[in-house]
Formats: sequence, structure tokens, C-alpha cells
Amino acid sequence: MAFEGLADRLQGTIKKITGKGKVSEQDVKEMTREVRLALLEADVNFKVVKQLIARIKERAVGQEVMESLTPGQQVIKVVKDELTNLMGGEQSKIAVADRSPTVIMMVGLQGAGKTTTTGKLANHLRKKHNRNPLLVACDVYRPAAIQQLETLGTQLDMPVFSLGTEANPVDIANQAIAQAKENHNDYVIIDTAGRLHVDENLMEELQKIKTDVKPDEIFLVVDSMTGQDAVNVAESFNEQLDITGVVLTKLDGDTRGGAALSIKAVTDKPIKFAGMGEKLDQLEAFHPERMASRILGMGDVLSLIEKAQTNVDEKQAKELEEKMRTMSFTFDDFLEQMGQVREMGPLDDLMAMIPGSNKMKGLKNAQLDESQLTEVEAIIQSMTKKERQEPSIINGSRRKRIAKGSGTSVAAVNRLIKQFSEMKKMMKQMTNMQKGKKGKGGGFKFPFM
Amino acid sequence: MGFMDKLKARFKQNEETKEVSEKYQEGMKKTRDTFSGKLNDLIARYRKVDEDFFEELEEVLITADVGVSTVMDLVEELKMEVKRQKIKDSSEIKDVISEKLVDIYYGDEDSSIQHLQLDEDGLQVILVVGVNGVGKTTSIGKLAHQLKADGKNVILAAGDTFRAGAIDQLEIWGERADVPVIKHSEGSDPAAVIYDGIRAAKSREADVLICDTAGRLQNKVNLMNELAKVKRVIEREIPGAPHEVLLVLDATTGQNALTQARTFSEATDVSGIVLTKLDGTAKGGIVLAIRNELQIPVKYVGLGEGINDLQQFDADAFVFGLFSDLGMSEESEKTE
Repeated sequence: MAFEGLADRLQGTIKKITGKGKVSEQDVKEMTREVRLALLEADVNFKVVKQLIARIKERAVGQEVMESLTPGQQVIKVVKDELTNLMGGEQSKIAVADRSPTVIMMVGLQGAGKTTTTGKLANHLRKKHNRNPLLVACDVYRPAAIQQLETLGTQLDMPVFSLGTEANPVDIANQAIAQAKENHNDYVIIDTAGRLHVDENLMEELQKIKTDVKPDEIFLVVDSMTGQDAVNVAESFNEQLDITGVVLTKLDGDTRGGAALSIKAVTDKPIKFAGMGEKLDQLEAFHPERMASRILGMGDVLSLIEKAQTNVDEKQAKELEEKMRTMSFTFDDFLEQMGQVREMGPLDDLMAMIPGSNKMKGLKNAQLDESQLTEVEAIIQSMTKKERQEPSIINGSRRKRIAKGSGTSVAAVNRLIKQFSEMKKMMKQMTNMQKGKKGKGGGFKFPFM
Repeated sequence: MGFMDKLKARFKQNEETKEVSEKYQEGMKKTRDTFSGKLNDLIARYRKVDEDFFEELEEVLITADVGVSTVMDLVEELKMEVKRQKIKDSSEIKDVISEKLVDIYYGDEDSSIQHLQLDEDGLQVILVVGVNGVGKTTSIGKLAHQLKADGKNVILAAGDTFRAGAIDQLEIWGERADVPVIKHSEGSDPAAVIYDGIRAAKSREADVLICDTAGRLQNKVNLMNELAKVKRVIEREIPGAPHEVLLVLDATTGQNALTQARTFSEATDVSGIVLTKLDGTAKGGIVLAIRNELQIPVKYVGLGEGINDLQQFDADAFVFGLFSDLGMSEESEKTE
């Protein structure tokens, strides 16, 4: 894989300092070099990286190695704190003008996702805030950009204002506001053409629109895959238009998204939303802390822990551990486990949150299939109580009956029984390993992952 | 004669290459201003080539999105070269740097330009793939215009049935380039559109069929499978096709471009890259890493929004564009 998370990168250095009481300057130097590389690989701008590293060095040198954390974890914590600090708190509020309509302008480079985001934002305003937006097609340059917005308008059943490709974008914006007032649209979202931040004529056009319509929000739409150039783009748009916020798009991809950090650092404007998919309801509030984890390649550990904590009963988990140790784990426990995990949300989402899961090739290609889980559930539910307790009694005719009862095939039943016995073996190994290391089992494990 | 002088000589030789070089220089003006400006500044500040110099050089290259591991390799090689040639003065290192950069592009090839692998006989199929918003449809429009100008009979297939307005967009490009567009309605099966495109191209005895596809993020397995299916349909209908699979990359993309190249290659066996939006301030240095690690050559670059702004990629011209005001020291000016 091209990317190594910070944790992986730090492994080597950490080995050296494990057992030391204090983190020396040399240790910090080595570790910050790894931090630097990790951040650069995540596309954080090198200037921003430099500033961060300076602060991290300051905080990390001479610190006592806390008992609860290994030195490596401690460095990661310092780094993550700094990143989270820099990124600021969660801010997904949208301005409301004193006098309706509130005007939002969408600006950005070509292909960042302005038009799609315009549609998503309109949908968000209607669903979450009960608003009635008017979409304005000011992109008269790109072929079919107006048709694209009109199609989105039809899908959302929302009005779209356009004057064709011959009109001047400034006029279009002005007339749209007038129409919004007439039709009582309380929000106007202006979709502008993508342009290079160094294109003076087109940037001037945006300034003219801004002067005329006096927008309450100017959102810079940025592709989360942007590299080092993100700072130039953000700085330039911000200087010329004084943007009020940022929308980060295509975050459902596998980019680390270091651009987010760069943009925040150079503009000091909040990143308000994140585009998480191609559908019109896939716009989410931006979570700075989760983004920090992602940039560091640590997965969304926090969200996962949160989810696990709310869904997994601790007592049940303890009982399960006991069962794992004593090898009395049955199909019933298996079923219960599966139910708990499924309650935590779609499996794909869960997998994406596990650090390093994007690295496990097998897992990536496995494409966890919810319907397979349903099949497994059906098979187990078609077993008798006794069969669930003692899988060894399941003979040929029982298998046939289970297959029939669950609407699956004997092969599917065989597969599950085989998987189950292998899993039990694995659990035995795992618990033995833990015993050897710490004397007692540690933490909750997902048995079938 | 230094390496830059050789490049320079090449672009002065005849009018045609000169024109190409000028396009690059114009399109990459913004790129160059920042990149070579930094490098010049670096060389001016460090008279001696030492560790600090290399560390800053690392930064300049990383700023160009060249990619951390490629930069590390490159700097390592430069250090060896500096030792070998006993270079002490920083001004002497310009040549070595540009030579190494071109080296990475060439790999084992000895030609500066990688042409499309299209035969004169029979229908040639080009499949165009990439993530969302990189400029696939626009590049297809420009490419169709060029092939048409070369006397080819071109047909486009509107395989992006997902994004709103995508089919209309391709149709407008079809009108501009004066080539027919085969389409279905929005939401239909892309493989079926491509199939119809092939049938139409065969019956109209077209020379080239260019297939547009919907943008997709490379980590969406289902969508990547869909793309592989489109490719299979083409393979089944025309043995040996697609003759080119072009991956369109946005020059502003960072390290993720490498993952894009890798994953799209796995699904569709990418044969070349179209690097778009190079007329901004982004440097597209990631193509170095892609060439270095995956051996996929860049075939075209987008240097502007006009229909003529798609250029065949020329590694020499690219590096020349980056360094053109660097390599021409006063001395070499005089000797001419």
C-alpha cells in the first residue's frame, strides 16, 4: 500500500524507546521525522507540516512517559491533539439573513463538485431546516452544466433559475434574487462555473457577483484528494472573495485528505460540510477530530469505540470472554454476537473505521455482504436448540433439514459449520496467547472478524 | 553541453517542436513561476551543496506532489551523483536535477513522446476512465477533435449514464468536434451503451471509437466491477480491443493519484494517462511517482479549456517547461 498510517510508521522508533522513562530529544527527532513523512504522504502542505512539527517537538521533548500510554501512543496523542486543535470545532451552521432570501455562493476549481454539492446543500436545507431554496445556474461556460443543475432540480423537485448560456452570470444572479423574492424562496444557492484561482477575468466575475448579490455565505468547494496545491487555491479564493466556509467533497474515497488541514491552516475558515457519496442526501457535517484520525491513518477509532460502547452490553461481553476461554462458545452465542455487531450499523461503514482495514487485501475485496449475514442467521435459526449447543451432532440428514428450513443449500450449511469450528480453534489460540502475555484475557474481540 | 542546453537545442531545431514547447511554456507558466522560482531561490541561497540543501530540495519536490517515496529515491540518487561528479557549487546541480527528473519519466523507453497505440486498419477503441471531476468528458471532446483533424472517422459513446447532464455534455463536445455520439438515456446500463457504440462504429466503418465512462472513486468495488464489465464487453466484441485505456488524472490531485492509477489499472489495465488542469498552479508531480512505480506513461496533458489545449505529453517539454528559465544560464546564451 502506498500509505502507512502514523502508527505503523512509528513502530520502529517506538521499539527503541520502549522501556525508557523519558522521551529524549533524539527520540523525538526520529519520531517527528516519521510524523513529518506521514503528514506529507497524507497531502498536508509542507509549510503547515513544518509549523506543526515545531509545536509537536516543543510539547513532546522531556515529557515523562506516562504509564498508561506507550511513548509511541503518547506522540500520536500529541500529534492528534495538535491536528484537532488546528482544525477547530464542529461548525455546520449556515447563516440566515435578516431579510429573506439568504444567499449562498458556491465557488471552486473545475471538477471539485460544486454543482452536485449545490444540489446536496439544497436538499439539506429543506430536510434539516425546512427551507425552500432556489437553485441558480451561473455556470454558462462548461457544456451542459445548466442541464446538470436542472436535472438535479427535477430530482429534488426544486426550482432552478437559468437564462441559458448566452447570459452574463452577474445578470443571472441578480435576476435570480429578484425571482426568489417574488416566489418567496428563503434561500438562494448560486452555482458558479469552475475556474482557476489564477484566472483574473473569471475571478473578477465572481467579485462582481459578490458585490451585487451580497451573499451571506461563500462556500469554497474543494476536492478532498487535492495535493500540495490546496493551499494556493484556498489562499487565493479566500483573498479575493473572503469565503465564509469550506465544503470538502469526495471524502467517501480512500484519500487521507490532508488538504483539509492545509485549507484550514491558511484560511482559518471552518470546514462545514463533507460530501460522502454521489447521492443527494450524502452531505454530512464535518467532524474535525475524525478527520485528524483519518489524516494520521488511524482509522476512525473513536467513532468505532463510541458505537461499540453504546451497542455492546459489557456484561454480555464478559460472559462471552468466559465462554471463549472455556471453549463453550455455541451457535447461540454466535447469533447474539452477530446481532450486536449488526446493530452498530452497516458492515462496510464499520470496516472502514477499523485502522488498517484498508490495508488487509482480503478484507477489502471481500466486500462484506449484508445478505450473507442474513443467510447465516437463517441457517442458525433453522437449527434445533441441541444442534446449536453441540454442532458435532449435525449429520447429513440434519444438514438437509437445516438447508431446507433456511432456504439455503447443504453446501452453505457445511460452509458455516466449517467456519464455525475453525473460528473456535482460532479463539482458543487467541485466548491462549493472551493468557501467556498478560495472564488474563484483554478486551472484547469480535469473534468472526 | 549541459542537459538543459541539449533540450533547448532540440526545441530550437525546427518550427514544429518549437511550437509544442511554446504551448507548454505558456500553459505551464503559472506552474513554472512557483516551481522553478523556488528552485532558483534555493540555489541562490545555498552556494554549497550540503545536507540542508538536500532537505530543502526535498521540500520543493514534495510541494510539486512528486510523492514522498519518489522524492526520497530521487534525492538519494542526486546525492550519489553529486559525490561521483564531485559537485560542490549549487549552480551546477540544476542540470543533474532536470536530467534525473527526465530519467524517471523515460524509464526504459528512449522516446520522449508516447503515442497512442492505434492501428491504421480496423476499428480502434479507446476507453476513458477516472474518478469524478477530473475532466474525462472534456478530454474526450478535445481528443476527438484532434483525431478528426488527423483525418480519422471518430465516434463517441456516452457511457456516463449516471451523472446528471453528462450525456448532454458529451453531445455538445460531439457537435464542437463534429463527430457523432451514441447514447442511451440517463440511468441505463453503461455496458449496453458501449455495446451499441461498437455496433454503430462497425456499421459506419469508423476508425476510432472513444468510450466515455462515469467518474467513480476507486474504492467503490461495485463501480470498479462495472468498469471491468464494460472492458469485457469491448474485448468480446473486438479482439485486441480496447487498444488504449486512458486514465484521466487531475494535476491538482495529491498522493491519492497513485492509488487511483494502481486500482484503475487492476480493473482495466490502463495503458496511458491524461493529465488535466496543468494550466493552474498545480505541478502534477505525481505522474513522476506513477511512472516510477507503475510504469504507466503520460500520453496527453490538458493545458487549457480550449478545444486545442490537449497536447501530446512530451517528457522533455514538460521538464523544459518546469525549468526553462533555470537551465539557460547566461553563459549558454552567449555560446549560441
